[in-house]
Amino acid sequence: MANLQISDALLVKDYMAGNESALAVLIKRHESKIYGFIYSKVADREISNDIFQDTFIKVIKTLKTNSYNEEGKFLPWIMRIAHNLIIDYFRRSKKMPLFRETEEFSIFSVMSDNTLTIENQIIADQVEVDIRRLVEELPVDQKEVLIMRMYQDMSFKEISETTGVSINTALGRMRYAIMNLRKIIDKHQIVLTN
Amino acid sequence: MEKNYSKKLKITKKIKPDKEVVSFLLNYSKALKIMKLEDNIFEIIVN
Repeated sequence: MANLQISDALLVKDYMAGNESALAVLIKRHESKIYGFIYSKVADREISNDIFQDTFIKVIKTLKTNSYNEEGKFLPWIMRIAHNLIIDYFRRSKKMPLFRETEEFSIFSVMSDNTLTIENQIIADQVEVDIRRLVEELPVDQKEVLIMRMYQDMSFKEISETTGVSINTALGRMRYAIMNLRKIIDKHQIVLTN
Repeated sequence: MEKNYSKKLKITKKIKPDKEVVSFLLNYSKALKIMKLEDNIFEIIVN
């Protein structure tokens, strides 16, 4: 059976026309990506829930006032809202965004494969720790692009729209991130194998 | 390293907001009515 999926644009149109169930579909479709993006920045489930909620409250209000302009895609637009709310949160709390490993979740811990043997698991865990340290060494702008691309599975177009830079700049930052990682690996002769 | 990155992509999507948050948003959306009168916008929450 063909997998027919209604486009975001059509769902938004339906929602603006009064079909409330369209919102549920949009949330379900994008909740992981948006929530994951927020969590990758604030590293706290409760705060992520709050920002996620505030993001969609803004979305709902914008759509209900017919202020939404379908020039770009729906997801990058929401990601941009979430991004701004994250910045507001850090401004309020005057904290710099840090990735902290918690018992609840670590963005770096999900790299392991459940089918690995115990030995390979230990190696994989060590590789994760090493990569985490390496990524932390990167300049903030490069780290941001790398995490969005590799951990959030965002396209470069989405990254450029979320961070407010051109696609070429995002591509350049990714390239420099990889180059810098390689330099650090070579310099310290780090072995990343599994 | 490339192998590790590519493994991660499929898993990071699993993290989701609490169900209560999504439920609140859907109820909020249903209850919210917005009226525009001239230059003013009124938000009405219908119980």
